[in-house]
Amino acid sequence: MVDFEPKIVAFVCNWCTYAGADLTGTSRIKYASNVRIVRFPCTGRIDYMLLLKAFAEGADGIIVSGCHPNDCHYTSGNFHARRRWIMFRSLCDFMGIDTRRIKFSWVSAAEGAKWADIVNTIVASIRELGPYEDYKKVVKKPVKEVSNG
Amino acid sequence: MNIDKWLVRKDSLEKLFDILKQNSKTIYAPATKNGKVSFIETDSFSGITTDYIQTTQSSKEIVFPRTEKILDYTKNRDGMSVKGIDLKDIPEIILWGVRPCDAMGIDGLSAIFNWDYKDEIYNNRLSRVTVLGFSCSKSDEYCFCTSAGGGPGNNAGSDILFTQLGTDGDYLAEVLTEKGSAVVLLASGLFEKAGEIKKEQFLAEVPVRFNKEEIRKKLENSFESELWIEHSLRCLGCGACAYVCPTCACFDIQDEAHGKAGTRVRCWDSCGFSLFTLHTSGHNPRELQSQRWRQRIMHKFSYMPDRLSVYGCTGCGRCSRACPVDMNILEHLISIQEVIV
Amino acid sequence: MDDLRKRAKELLESSTVKVVIGYEQGTANKTRALFVEKPEDAVKLIFDSYCVQNLAVYVTKREIRDKGKMAIAATLPVLRSIIQLASESQVNDNNLLVLGITPESKLVEFSNLAEVETFVHQYQIEIDAHNKEILDKLDKMTPAERWKFWIDELTPCFKCYACRAACPMCYCHRCTVDFNQPQWIPVPSHELGNLEWHIMRAVHLTGRCVDCDACYNACPLGIPLNLLTKKMVEEAKVHFGGYQPAIKGEHLMSTYKPDDKENFIQ
Repeated sequence: MVDFEPKIVAFVCNWCTYAGADLTGTSRIKYASNVRIVRFPCTGRIDYMLLLKAFAEGADGIIVSGCHPNDCHYTSGNFHARRRWIMFRSLCDFMGIDTRRIKFSWVSAAEGAKWADIVNTIVASIRELGPYEDYKKVVKKPVKEVSNG
Repeated sequence: MNIDKWLVRKDSLEKLFDILKQNSKTIYAPATKNGKVSFIETDSFSGITTDYIQTTQSSKEIVFPRTEKILDYTKNRDGMSVKGIDLKDIPEIILWGVRPCDAMGIDGLSAIFNWDYKDEIYNNRLSRVTVLGFSCSKSDEYCFCTSAGGGPGNNAGSDILFTQLGTDGDYLAEVLTEKGSAVVLLASGLFEKAGEIKKEQFLAEVPVRFNKEEIRKKLENSFESELWIEHSLRCLGCGACAYVCPTCACFDIQDEAHGKAGTRVRCWDSCGFSLFTLHTSGHNPRELQSQRWRQRIMHKFSYMPDRLSVYGCTGCGRCSRACPVDMNILEHLISIQEVIV
Repeated sequence: MDDLRKRAKELLESSTVKVVIGYEQGTANKTRALFVEKPEDAVKLIFDSYCVQNLAVYVTKREIRDKGKMAIAATLPVLRSIIQLASESQVNDNNLLVLGITPESKLVEFSNLAEVETFVHQYQIEIDAHNKEILDKLDKMTPAERWKFWIDELTPCFKCYACRAACPMCYCHRCTVDFNQPQWIPVPSHELGNLEWHIMRAVHLTGRCVDCDACYNACPLGIPLNLLTKKMVEEAKVHFGGYQPAIKGEHLMSTYKPDDKENFIQ
């Protein structure tokens, strides 16, 4: 792929992963700059639809990350999120949405290095997979003049 | 224009299709998917389904697509730049296998799209469509074209109407318009002189079940009738009936935006949806399903004939077949005729 | 179903209920919902193998509820829907009386919803053999093949929302798709919008679907969209041991276990 730089959107919780990403920066750890971070109070707030919208708006890969189980700032938000992710990921796989392009992780506020690692890994793997053409085709396909399936 | 009558041998039908394809015509014909028949772009004659009483979806899709771009826009520093669609991009299409009840529906659509504002896009599409109609030799209990002012061999709306003369027979081709003549010109070898052929004997029997003028008169006094509530109790308020109907033309306009640029799109809508008449204030003049059901019937059999001089129903029966809860429009119309004084 | 007709007549004559929801003969060999309010109309009630519409969709409809206490002739899928609705506070013993029809077509009148629940819990929600076969076939495909399959199946959808309208669990007065701030799901029918709508429907039914096939039966275009909801039923079994509608039970997606297992979170 000629000069393809993946666009990755990261949906992260404020208290753990966002703080962890902050630590990565203050620790001066260099990592891939392809990620756009979207901050949530908690992973429990992340709507599955947002992930699909990220793909629809041109993302090639997605990271969803939050506090480790039992460490949620709101006690149980990440437990709800985990159950949701389990079902949603199964549905995505069933529909043929490329689940290799969605990475779920627990990254705590102290895991600056882990964050860098997660990002670097997914950027490398997406770079190899290439842009998410299937989804882009479905989005960019102009509204057919006559559409009848 | 005088109706030109020709004979087309049954084997020539496939040859006609092939000649049209050779002349780079885009052809939409009935094809089956998941057991349902719709009009799909077809490249080969063998892809055409003929084993059905009526298609599931109507052919209105071709002149009134379910989703249609009407303009592109971009916000820039100086305001908004708007680009309409290029009407020249609208393709020429041959609609193959349209039943008389569908062809007749075009009049209803054209009336709606031209009554106050002349819809350029619709009119351009229609002008580029050639309708090859096929008469019906079979009907079922859902059909009521003869009550709606049509018939199994009715030629309204078709450019050429083919009638098969018996099972496995040759076809009578009635060429009704200039567009029809243009098709004959392309394949003149396939059109032979027809003698005197009475097509009526080869058409389906569709008994008249109600008098539409009588229904129209009765509807004038029926607004407060209990019948609407009684009839609509099982209606779920989906859009199936409106979407399969050849004359339903209600549409929604949506902007699909991506940041500073977007597309304005017209798409099908249904008066059956509870949202259809919801005001921004929160008030809904048709908040009950009975009010929405009433509007559907009155629109087709009272408001349209009153204002546009054309009925909004062709008796194809699709709505009743597609309805998940068997809201049989024929049954309801007969009931109106019998109950309302 | 003479028992049913007799009982319906009695319930209406004694004003125990104001409307009995059951089935009547429809066009050709279809059956359809019937709302009996006068005792003498109870004779129109029928029951046979064509009676598959999920009548529970009507117990949340304002036009029916406003009539007063309802009675409903309910087969197993309908009974399940009723318990699920009860668990979501949509029906209770005050507004609904359940006339159950067992899988052996026997009439069973329940004194209250708790009895309905006991009955329902005798049976597990099982995907039928035909659809299980299709799910297995899809499972063996690659993700790319599945993507192609679904784009092919869902693009013809013209967003009539018959699937939503027929599902007893879709009772929201204003559905997510009916809001435009934000317009989560595009209104027009196109490839992306149809995909998003059907995914959304499957997600919102996760843990709530009772596998009654009302959605598939309602679809005018024969789209196998019940495969999506069935898949979610299967996945619930695989990951969480399945679920049963239960009035005081915990909903699959509104609860969690601290040790829920997964193999994909790093």
